Amino acid sequence: MLSLENITRIIHEWLNSHFNPAIALDTEFVLVGVASITLFALLGLSLVWMERKVAAVMQIRLGPNRVGPKGIFQTTADTLKLLMKEGLVPDGADKFLFNLAPFIVMIVAMLILAPIAFAKNFQIWDINIGVLYLSAISSLSVIGILMAGWASNSKYSLLGAMRSGAQIVSYELSAGLSVLSIVVLTGSLSIKDIILSQQNGWWIFKAHIPALISFIIFIIAVTAETNRAPFDMAEAESELTAGFHTEYSGMRFALFFLAEYINIFIVCAIGATLFFGGWMPLHIGSWQAFNHIMDYIPSSIWFLGKTIGLIFLIMWFRWTFPRLRIDQLLNLEWKYLLPISMFNLLLTSLVAIMGWYF
Amino acid sequence: MLNEDLKSKLVEILPLISFEDGGEWLNAYVPPEELLACVNQLRATPGFDFDYLFCLTCIDWKTHFTMVYHFSSTLHRHNIVIKARIDRMNPEIETVSHIWRTAEMLEREVYDLFGVVFRHHPDLRRLIMPDDWQGWPLRKDFEDPVNMIKL
Amino acid sequence: MIEEIGRTTEGDLIINIGPQHPATHGVLHLVITLNGETIKKVEPHLGYIHRSIEKMCESLSYRQFIYVTSRMDYLSSHINNHACALCVEKGLQIEPPQRAQYIRVIMDELTRIASHELWWGAMAMDLGAFTPFFHAFRERETITDIMEKTCGARLTMNYMVPGGVMAELHPGFQRDVERFIQLYKSKFEEYSELVTGNVIFQNRMKSVGVLSKEDAISYGCSGPVGRASGVSCDIRKLYPYDIYNKVEFDEITETEGDSYARYVVRLKEIQQSIRIIEQLLGNIPEGDFQAKTKAVLKLPKGEFYQRVETARGELGVYIVSEGGTTPYRIKFRSPGFSNLSALEHMVKGLKIGDLIAAMGSLDLVIPDIDR
Repeated sequence: MLSLENITRIIHEWLNSHFNPAIALDTEFVLVGVASITLFALLGLSLVWMERKVAAVMQIRLGPNRVGPKGIFQTTADTLKLLMKEGLVPDGADKFLFNLAPFIVMIVAMLILAPIAFAKNFQIWDINIGVLYLSAISSLSVIGILMAGWASNSKYSLLGAMRSGAQIVSYELSAGLSVLSIVVLTGSLSIKDIILSQQNGWWIFKAHIPALISFIIFIIAVTAETNRAPFDMAEAESELTAGFHTEYSGMRFALFFLAEYINIFIVCAIGATLFFGGWMPLHIGSWQAFNHIMDYIPSSIWFLGKTIGLIFLIMWFRWTFPRLRIDQLLNLEWKYLLPISMFNLLLTSLVAIMGWYF
Repeated sequence: MLNEDLKSKLVEILPLISFEDGGEWLNAYVPPEELLACVNQLRATPGFDFDYLFCLTCIDWKTHFTMVYHFSSTLHRHNIVIKARIDRMNPEIETVSHIWRTAEMLEREVYDLFGVVFRHHPDLRRLIMPDDWQGWPLRKDFEDPVNMIKL
Repeated sequence: MIEEIGRTTEGDLIINIGPQHPATHGVLHLVITLNGETIKKVEPHLGYIHRSIEKMCESLSYRQFIYVTSRMDYLSSHINNHACALCVEKGLQIEPPQRAQYIRVIMDELTRIASHELWWGAMAMDLGAFTPFFHAFRERETITDIMEKTCGARLTMNYMVPGGVMAELHPGFQRDVERFIQLYKSKFEEYSELVTGNVIFQNRMKSVGVLSKEDAISYGCSGPVGRASGVSCDIRKLYPYDIYNKVEFDEITETEGDSYARYVVRLKEIQQSIRIIEQLLGNIPEGDFQAKTKAVLKLPKGEFYQRVETARGELGVYIVSEGGTTPYRIKFRSPGFSNLSALEHMVKGLKIGDLIAAMGSLDLVIPDIDR
């Protein structure tokens, strides 16, 4: 059967049989790099298109429908336009940092891709501290945003960046704690182990109440961490025009834009992996017949389906809710989410020790 | 309170006031130097309670300016128009912005368009025109050769 | 310019909100002084869309000047025209026929609904919710279609003239308006589901930009802004014009004086407007739609003042006549101007987000402020 797992194995074997191992490894590196960059571009284009279509449905209109069937090439056309635009650097900006910032945000987004399992045995790097790695890297993107805000030499950008700093640092805590509860249940930090532990059911079903609480906290926290509405304080277009990327134009702006969507994809992929079993098909206990039918659906489809479902959820938030105010945002985190997630961690530990899960 | 009652009561308090016939509301002229005392009375005297300044403007009569204040009372629902003639060459009048805070912006507008100087105004600057603008656009003798307004 | 304005202490941040800014809905320019995110000072700079309408009117005849006033508060252009027509009628001492009065009031109320609808969408947009804007436009579109059929224009209608209205209603007017009312009533639930009942929305609006009753009066606030602070200031009730004394409606007042109260007042006002239209729609009397007037209007020497209630508050038209064919001086008392002056008082010490919420709840239309 032609699956992603088989394709990688075939390539690996072919390379190793024709070249010496060192060259084969280097070639694989290059291939992985090219593949992930391509994936990035495709994801960015399709997620922007999806967002516009979702928004259109919510707003009783059609959305992009001119370029290509159902407007699917609209985002490609937009990207081409952005590529050809002049990238302005404002006078008085710190040129080096100004140019560096979008790349930092982008590189961070790329780095998080490494431990994510896209399909069965299809993972760039099965690191044994996968979850730790994810939370460590994902907090780095704030540096890029702060850099962009500071280097722009614009007050709107600075305010946006400062808001974003406060926000990401705060919500990192809740996101980390809610992820930890799954780690406690699984007993492993490796993404692969976490997925395999959901063979007989996803954690959201198996660990019932604590998992549900931590999933809700997780989805709120990652919405905030990716600076999406209703937590888009860093951009807040009706207050700060465009927040930290006010002064960016052309391709540098496109990188920020792309990074936002990649980040959404990644956090939703993490959510799908931790709570919904990643590529693991829907298995119900030991009901063999049902499980067998579910196994026929390719694992990559399972993974993408779950991720897109979560992405839709986050988009739904954006097009429904008004934005919070900065102090309300921080109140929500420090006064409500953090205590609840700490309590929930205790509860999860109790559930894990007593074995009160299925 | 009806116009007649207002009139008779006003005369008692402010002997310098004079009235003009016509119009649906009571039109009263006060000397500009008495304006502040007069409006203070209008605002504070029980029975008058003119707490709502809904229109403040100026009219250029070519020989003099007339400041026009429209007052209303949200308590008694009566209205009054207070007018003050001021010199056109050297237009100056006391501000009322400390009594009715809406007057701060309205007086800035009048200063901007007519050049009437409001004494003791907290922040008398141009409001609508650019800061370096010359002239007072709503005066009758104002001619702008570039942006012609006359049709 | 910043250096000139910047009479500030060390560490303050001065930000220009506008003239081009998504939240000012036009070319309003606010210079705000911030301490961190907290607002210390708000200073409006006007004049970016000042067209000197008052000066222009001095050289236009009493028939012509009405058309300029559509451009002041373009969202309630019918009501602006209505005010001018009433003021000229007051000078000429003519009364428009009953039919014209009915049509005028219905049109006024439709305009009010359209204006509040647009505001509702824009308000939500200021708070970061985009979707309500499109939902508001769905209903507003029906009204503009009705306007287009009768007046030929969708925004600056120029429909009211001294002595009545300019043209007869279009044939299916009653049916169209009924259809709109039906549509609106069926969609009204959506409004509260989408926005009013939302927890985030309520948190953003409640006890933000509080204006006490005394302050509202002192700042000359009128319309929904004044009524949300408990000031009874509906000109339609206090100084009824045309047939407002014959229709039944409630003056909506709230006491909180915060942004949420202003929001509630406007939503309830839409309901009242619908109530007025429903009372009048079936009973428009037959007859002329315009009184007979001379070709050239001449107002007698004197001063005429007419107050009307626009969607934003009290609009005053003050005509000083020297007996000629053109006004000697015209002053428009615009509601937005006074409401704007209360902004600084409302938002001092709050956050930037609150400034946007409070400004949105004032429902400013910049051409109305600048004139």
